[in-house]
Amino acid sequence: MILKVAIVQQIDSMNPFLAVFQSSTEVGRLMYDYLTAYAADDQRVTEGLANRWEPSADKLTWTFTVPEGKTWSDGQPITAHDVAFTYNLMLTNEVARTANGSFVTNFSSVTAPDDRTVVIKTKAPQVTMLALDIPIVPEHVWEKVTNIKDYANDQMPVVGSGPFVLTEHVAGQFIKLKANKNYWRGAPKYDELHFVYFQNSDAAVQALTKGEVDLVNRMAPAQFDSLKDKAGVTRNKAQGRRFVELLINPGARTRTGEPIGDGNPALGDVRVRRAIAQAIDLDALVQRVNLGYAEKGAGLVPPVFGKWHWEPGEKELRTFDPAAANAALDAAGYPRKADGTRFSLRLTGRAGRAYDEQASEYLKRQLGDIGIPLDVRLVSDNQLNEATTVATYDLAFSGWATNVDPDFILGLHTCAQRPGADGKGGTTDAYFCDQAYDELYARQLSEFDEGKRVELVKQMQARFYDQVPAVVLAYENALEAYRSDHFARFTTQPAQGGVIMAQNGMWGYYGAEPAARASASGTTWVGFAVAGGVIVFIVVAIMRQTRRRRATAGERE
Amino acid sequence: MRLASRLGGAALSLVMVAVLGFFLFRVVPGDPVVSMTRGRPTTAAMQAELRAQFGLDRPLHEQFWGYFTSLLRGDLGTSFTFRRPVSDVILERLGPTLLLVGTSTVIAVGLGLWLGVLAAWRRDSAFDRTTTGVSLTLWAVPTFWLGMLLMMVTGDLFPSRGMRDTDTAPDFLSQALDVGHHLVLPSLTLVAVVCAEYLLVMRSSLLEEMHAPYLTTARAKGLRDDLVRRRHAVPNAVLPAITLVFLRFGLVVAGAITTETVFSWPGLGLLFYDALTGPDYFLLQGLLVVTAGAVVVMNLLAELLYGVLDPRVKVV
Repeated sequence: MILKVAIVQQIDSMNPFLAVFQSSTEVGRLMYDYLTAYAADDQRVTEGLANRWEPSADKLTWTFTVPEGKTWSDGQPITAHDVAFTYNLMLTNEVARTANGSFVTNFSSVTAPDDRTVVIKTKAPQVTMLALDIPIVPEHVWEKVTNIKDYANDQMPVVGSGPFVLTEHVAGQFIKLKANKNYWRGAPKYDELHFVYFQNSDAAVQALTKGEVDLVNRMAPAQFDSLKDKAGVTRNKAQGRRFVELLINPGARTRTGEPIGDGNPALGDVRVRRAIAQAIDLDALVQRVNLGYAEKGAGLVPPVFGKWHWEPGEKELRTFDPAAANAALDAAGYPRKADGTRFSLRLTGRAGRAYDEQASEYLKRQLGDIGIPLDVRLVSDNQLNEATTVATYDLAFSGWATNVDPDFILGLHTCAQRPGADGKGGTTDAYFCDQAYDELYARQLSEFDEGKRVELVKQMQARFYDQVPAVVLAYENALEAYRSDHFARFTTQPAQGGVIMAQNGMWGYYGAEPAARASASGTTWVGFAVAGGVIVFIVVAIMRQTRRRRATAGERE
Repeated sequence: MRLASRLGGAALSLVMVAVLGFFLFRVVPGDPVVSMTRGRPTTAAMQAELRAQFGLDRPLHEQFWGYFTSLLRGDLGTSFTFRRPVSDVILERLGPTLLLVGTSTVIAVGLGLWLGVLAAWRRDSAFDRTTTGVSLTLWAVPTFWLGMLLMMVTGDLFPSRGMRDTDTAPDFLSQALDVGHHLVLPSLTLVAVVCAEYLLVMRSSLLEEMHAPYLTTARAKGLRDDLVRRRHAVPNAVLPAITLVFLRFGLVVAGAITTETVFSWPGLGLLFYDALTGPDYFLLQGLLVVTAGAVVVMNLLAELLYGVLDPRVKVV
């Protein structure tokens, strides 16, 4: 039994130290376990390669235990030395830090005193030590690799520790994995997992209806609706971990304080940013642009991450109120001119992305109502990236996928994420820099009491919401569908309303259960029959044509 | 002499393409490193490391010199997206493109020229009006739309993506049949779209010959209508069509970006599309050099071949 999955993004590399694309990371999770994992049902930290962990009293030393009995797919035992080898490779080799280097920047040393124990010492207390998303590789294979940069990791089958083993990769076409019968959680319930590459998501949806593939994700609302009532297809509307936002250039500066870009100076005034946020009808956007497949935006952490998610209280809530927004702009010293406008702004979005195209029309109208005409510029993906990287925008659409641990999305909006003096090396596109926010960030990073950390994380989101460097517009649903006549069920993460693909884990693929009576399709031969028929028809037509020609020619002679 | 100058001209064009390619794609907006790492926890040090790996941290003139000298050695650099030598990636995609675009060009040329001759010979007949009308309509239709439509209309008769299924038996016959099966829809789409070009050129150039006195002479000799057309009219009318065919053969390598994208056909067109989203500078440069090179070489061949086909054109 084979599970065939459609993917729409290319694979950059199968080398886990180099692979940075989301699709590659997702396949990597099937091949290599991490030190710890996130449970399928509620995303809490659970056993990975290590089953026990303990921080020291000063929180600077972490001891992990790798239990006996777990093996690599080639039968060799998995030990603490493999873990230490992987982390030390990253600490000593700059190239090995290409993909996941951010997780080890705070490490001072990693050792394995015996086969079962890993000891990690950090420079400063770090609360995210159980969220190290680093694939652990087998030392006995990788110690022979001399040049990480050019190593494609294509010695099939690739030795790994995950539920599947990579057996074939044809670039731009497909990836094949076989079930790892020795997987320590137990073997998967089917034999092979194939990822097939689609450049075009409409074709992927077509392929699902034809039964060529069994699982598709990242569908647009209209594609998702088109699969309603389709026999043999089950849809999964899941809470996603992505949000879309409207960036409001707050007066971008580099890390060293130099102004960068050409944002409208009026947006440096927080009262203006709040007025803009108040003039946007988030409910209307969710209903008409997302077609209801989203939740109204608020804090930086989507509701799927439960306790970390923040909703504004009654006092903080900005309700949609154009009249109040108008009054606020008047009071802030931006009166309407003779033509009824105050100042105009550019809105940059991505051409071809349905959300940007439609939402920009609504924003144009809604901001027009408060005297701010918008000049909408829909540009290519690269141009949009360029504009946000060098801050040449006033308003721009953006969005991020978030992780179980909120550290990444929160850290993205600290002062340190802005570009350096040369304009390079930044990762933020919002250019937020706020003393209060940064202090809260530092505190939550060393707060080991989870209840207190949750509180700090919520305060940070409240601060972000109050200062509005960006308006979180919506948390988009992840729209997926699968052939329920081939596969009866998949494990979602979280259990309630969760996703099958793009999880923080591999449960969706690992837990897939074949349907009781999966039917094989005989489409190929029907196709050949039709093609053959067409060819015969053409040949007959040509012969008839020739005969007729001869005949007429004869008569004419 | 003229041959030497033609060869020199072709070589010069290739050098210009190589130089242009470098600067052309640097103007494409976007920072490859930022696009690649977007959405991942990334530090400034990691970005700097990626830039160093790709050589993007060096001054532009150094990058250009490095690119140009390695190009002369036949090294096209390393693709950011695939982390492999550009020449390997291109070579791997060349086969599928030649298969798809080659097959459909041959069919389209054959069908187009044949229908063009018939249409011209029976000008203004119902046959002429139907074939010309239908092929013009297909020519005007957006490729993307036609491809999607074919995919929907044919239901599950033909696969909707790629060149091979993942679970076909590994023996040669099964694999070949599978590739053939996958080839039907994309090549049908391509033939439908480009066939009109050949048909129209052939039709109009034959029409010009239709009233030439030598045809009357041929008929007066008592030749069959069929022979008049085949031996006298068509050979004189075929030259413009040959030019077109050779120009088209040059473009075979460039693939059919839209068709390959619709059907996720793993050829050079799809590769071009993927490379642009990076932007993957080295891959784009390599693709430009290879595809432009093919056009230059085919044009040169076409010019040389005229001399053989038509004695009036002399290339010494």
